[in-house]
Amino acid sequence: MASLAIRNLFHDKIRLAVTLTGIIFSVVLVAVQTGLFLGFTTTTSNVIDNSGADFWITSKGVQYIEAGVPFPEKKLYHARAVEGVQEAEKYIVRFGQWKRPDGADQSCEIIGFDPDTRLGGPWRVAEGSVHDLKLQDTVMIDRFYAPKLGVTHLGQSLEIRGVRARVVGFTEGIRTFTTSPLVFTSYKNAQRYSDLQTGQTMYLLVTARPGVDRERVRAALLGQLSDVDVLTTAEFSGKTTRYWMFGTGAGVTVIMAAVLGLLVGVVVVAQTIYAATIDHIREFGTLKAMGATNGYIYRVILQQAMVSAAIGYAVGIALAILVEVSSRASGANIVLPASVRAGLLATTLAMCVSAAMVSIHKATTIDPAMVFKG
Amino acid sequence: MAVIQVRELTKTYTEGVTSARALDGVDLDVEAGEVTLLMGPSGSGKTTLVSIMGAILRASSGSVKIAGREITRLKERELPAVRLHHIGFVFQGFNLFPTLTAAENVELALKLKKTPSTVARQRARALLDEMGLRDKHRSYPADLSGGQKQRVAIARALAGEPDIILADEPTAALDRDSGRIVMQALRGLAHEKGRAVVVVTHDNRVLEYGDRIVRIEDGRIAGAVGRNGLDGHLEEIHA
Repeated sequence: MASLAIRNLFHDKIRLAVTLTGIIFSVVLVAVQTGLFLGFTTTTSNVIDNSGADFWITSKGVQYIEAGVPFPEKKLYHARAVEGVQEAEKYIVRFGQWKRPDGADQSCEIIGFDPDTRLGGPWRVAEGSVHDLKLQDTVMIDRFYAPKLGVTHLGQSLEIRGVRARVVGFTEGIRTFTTSPLVFTSYKNAQRYSDLQTGQTMYLLVTARPGVDRERVRAALLGQLSDVDVLTTAEFSGKTTRYWMFGTGAGVTVIMAAVLGLLVGVVVVAQTIYAATIDHIREFGTLKAMGATNGYIYRVILQQAMVSAAIGYAVGIALAILVEVSSRASGANIVLPASVRAGLLATTLAMCVSAAMVSIHKATTIDPAMVFKG
Repeated sequence: MAVIQVRELTKTYTEGVTSARALDGVDLDVEAGEVTLLMGPSGSGKTTLVSIMGAILRASSGSVKIAGREITRLKERELPAVRLHHIGFVFQGFNLFPTLTAAENVELALKLKKTPSTVARQRARALLDEMGLRDKHRSYPADLSGGQKQRVAIARALAGEPDIILADEPTAALDRDSGRIVMQALRGLAHEKGRAVVVVTHDNRVLEYGDRIVRIEDGRIAGAVGRNGLDGHLEEIHA
């Protein structure tokens, strides 16, 4: 026998549709906003996260990767001399002006690294080779931004700050949080593409020898180098993310939209489950007269809420995944890993259960003697 | 010993500063194997009395014993168990669950007693068969006549094998023939199955089915007549 809860739930199809619509709306909105938030956080710090470095050495007080301040590149040699350091390389992250074929200027973010060590270099290379970036005047861009940069084919030559830039490779899936596409190139090329003075660098990327205590290496670097910060990759990544997400308000906006979606879901579900409970109040009174405990009543209402949650979640997450897949073709980067999907299921269940609380209170406090009223 | 023993029962409803005494010192015994009719004008306290006997309403004072157990001193959370194990209700409005079939309505009563599904299903069907509803197991209440619904309700009330059946105006919404069938069923529960059956009614058509007729007026027992065992005529008795 299908339970009373399930029967009552499916009995009124219009009410069920309204309930599910509220849940689906909430799930999609929360999923997309969460996915956007995660996408933003991934995008804001993707260069740092994929650098392969253990430490980032920055000028003192640099808040995020795009706000680097140049410092003398000779600090590189001091860094290399520190006990426990395996590799240390100079690194440039600086905005530049890309000249499109039609003559328009497009802002870009120049990433200058050492193609031999690959520290801080491009990942997800889809076409071409990082090795080719050792050549003069060569760059690698992400395929997604090729139209924006006016690039139509591999080998095409354009200009950055009046200097030739030949596209020798494409990556796939490397997004930028700003409107400026990332342009990977060798450190030497980057010095010419940016207006960075000779003898200066923006960052140093450092890897520690395997098995070495990283905090000791950090302490040693700080002892050797003055007027710098030495941050782990995770620390600099978090700092950059926090700046873009909360320093600019972008993240707060996304979070607020997600919270709003959740609230809408709670309100809609609470209202429809409450209305359904009132419609069936006589039945709850009859159940109590028959000897059902309050615990049984809870289970009936909670079962309705949780079945609604499960169906609404299934449809909502399917729609959200469609949005996620569609977003890959656009600039928006929506990320919905399995952990987020599972968390959203738990959130949806909690949302529906909490929405049912008002109904539970109503159903368990009714006077069973009301069943005698004809 | 009577299955239900009521002594000096009072019930006062209070609404703000006003109060109304619905029952005023009621004494009543309900015996197993009998149909007790509770009759009286509207507002006389019949439904209040049945509600208290059914452990649905709390008395203001007095004593109510169900199968020898004093229920007026039980905590609120203990009352569902009394209803579950001792009392079956039959309501004027049938109060069947519209989204469940006839058999499922009866099964639900068994599920509340944690009866295994297979046993519950079999017993539900057997009870409906006893009520003459063999071909109505899968019918929904909306597809049943008034008399059929009430018989499903009786089967449901019986499902938990209660000592007591409390029926509030069970024939009020029925035509004469359906009412007769329902009262015959209730009488069968008392005479053949040994239940204590209490019927609250305005309906004079059911008088012939009562073994005892208790009249209640203004919250008090006004009188009682019982059926003489030899020839069945009614005579004055103590309530």
